Amino acid sequence: MTAIDQGSAPVGEAKPRSGFQVTHTSLSSRLGLIFWAGLVVVLIAVPYWGDRQTMRLLTEIYSFLALASLWNLLAGYAGLVSVGQQAFVGLGGYTLYLLALWGGFNPILGLPLAGLIGFVVSIPIIFLLLRLRGAYFTIGSWVVAELFLQIFQLVPAVGGGSGISLPAAVVKSIAASRDGREFLIYWIFLALVVAVLAVIVLLLRTRYGLALTAIRDNEMAAKSNGIDVNRTRTIVFVVAAAATSMVGSMIFLQKLSITPFSAFSFNDWTVNMIFITVIGGIGHVEGPIIGTIIYFVLREYLADYASTYLIILGLVAIVIMLRAPKGIWGLVADRYGWQLFPLARRLKRRESSPTASPQPGTGH
Amino acid sequence: MDLLNIIVQGILLGGLYALFAAGLSLIFGVMKLVNVAHGDLIVVAAYFAYFVMQLLGIGPFTSLIVVVPVIALVGYILQRGLLNFTLGDDLPPLLVTISLSIIIQNVLLLLFTHDSRKLYGGAIEMASWRVTQDMAIGVLPVIQFVIAVLIIGGLQLLFYRSAVGRAFRATSDDREIAQLMGIDNNHIFAIAMALSLAVVAVAGVFIAVRTTFNPFYGPQLLIFGFEAIIIGGLGSLWGTLAGGIVLGLAQAIGGHINVGLPFTAGHLAFLAVLIIRPEGLFPKAVQ
Repeated sequence: MTAIDQGSAPVGEAKPRSGFQVTHTSLSSRLGLIFWAGLVVVLIAVPYWGDRQTMRLLTEIYSFLALASLWNLLAGYAGLVSVGQQAFVGLGGYTLYLLALWGGFNPILGLPLAGLIGFVVSIPIIFLLLRLRGAYFTIGSWVVAELFLQIFQLVPAVGGGSGISLPAAVVKSIAASRDGREFLIYWIFLALVVAVLAVIVLLLRTRYGLALTAIRDNEMAAKSNGIDVNRTRTIVFVVAAAATSMVGSMIFLQKLSITPFSAFSFNDWTVNMIFITVIGGIGHVEGPIIGTIIYFVLREYLADYASTYLIILGLVAIVIMLRAPKGIWGLVADRYGWQLFPLARRLKRRESSPTASPQPGTGH
Repeated sequence: MDLLNIIVQGILLGGLYALFAAGLSLIFGVMKLVNVAHGDLIVVAAYFAYFVMQLLGIGPFTSLIVVVPVIALVGYILQRGLLNFTLGDDLPPLLVTISLSIIIQNVLLLLFTHDSRKLYGGAIEMASWRVTQDMAIGVLPVIQFVIAVLIIGGLQLLFYRSAVGRAFRATSDDREIAQLMGIDNNHIFAIAMALSLAVVAVAGVFIAVRTTFNPFYGPQLLIFGFEAIIIGGLGSLWGTLAGGIVLGLAQAIGGHINVGLPFTAGHLAFLAVLIIRPEGLFPKAVQ
């Protein structure tokens, strides 16, 4: 009946009767995949040659990249400009701590459970927030995150305002040696960021991805073509919430203590992600990657001036929004047609097609 | 008697929240822009009043004579020099005002440090009317409430009974047709922002006399204004006043139950309205 509810045929595969097929890959995306594969292999090996400081910096980069990519999925693709994702970062962190404290869980087991909790909690939240439109959704998401902050401050059972620390016994249960723990946490972070990017790329290749792109480009037109905008947004929001909670749980496992203000920090978990995404290129999977690199390079030079640094990032973000709303990667992609992930949809004539004269327009 | 006292305090506080909301609601009505930096601009007005008071040795209410026109001018320039270029799409105005909010907070931090400040209004802050044996109503909150209601009434009149109000409504309905009819949209939007920030200036001074503020106080004020709008229902200034009062009441009652609860209670009231009556308590009949 509608383009998006049309049975199970994924958009990625053209129907056999038409003489066309949709491909995602291009030369640059093939090269891109080879590049990513090589990079991941190098990064997996970092603990064997890098020092402790390099590993720390890299895990921070992974966590920022993962959070920024998830924010980009929400804001850049689903049109859900949330400024309340810190709710899920903090929720993930607290889930891991409380499971370890109350249930004696190995913190690593807290990771999937944090995702599960994030998923469950996000359902009523998105149900409520979707009643607010556009910018009102944005501020509504902020209210929800504020509420999380206040509740965790008020409840003594979760440590109240002063928060909780991870007992040494729990920390030792991850791995006996300090090296063992740090290696393991490093690899988990790397796996998380690779998984987040892979899930986003795969999601964007499904029919939901096509629906998202349509919503991003023109919500009204997407609706009139039969896309269930709210359903698509709900799916994206809960997926992003679950993943954000998992990343949050690992961030706080590494920090060894958690307080409501660090867990639900607007500046740490949302402002930075917005700047990274906007500068790198909102609405492009590559955007947050470029943005994260720029963020950390700038930080190396300006780390001592936290406020100045944020002012500069803010000014750059404003200039980008005015002059190049698709960010730095958007400029590159528009100019050279590059893509580092196989996402674009190109219609190709099927070479071995039996039909002599395919009719464009009647096919998919 | 205790309960009555709480209710009166809540209503009076609500007038102030409605004032935050009125400025936000005005520019949303005219140009569909939600100014995320709205709360930070309230704080800017408070710091500016602090500066003017030090410089001229005057009280906070007298300082309004300088603060209101200057902040309104800032609004005009901000709109013409920056925000007009973001209009038209959903993302740019939102992301630009979020960035602006962060910039303002950090500039204030560099200029004024993290210390909390307050504007001292003198004897009037302590003055009160004794209604019964154990109930007194502060003079200052009453004056602030009355002024808030007058400003909202004035905006309502301006919107529906004046030439500039007609231009506001025309651009709000259809930008292109309004432009064809000879309205300079860029100018009208800038006037709307100037007006919004004039209201912000009054609200900023009022809140800064009541409570301490610091560079990071803005988002909280934005959220209060926003909650008042949603509770009251979009599109009606009187609804916004009612929304502000409901929010003020919720906070006063919450604060009475537990000192840590006022804001939580306000957020919960907002969520409750969103669940039960997403169109708000007093929505305008025709959108």
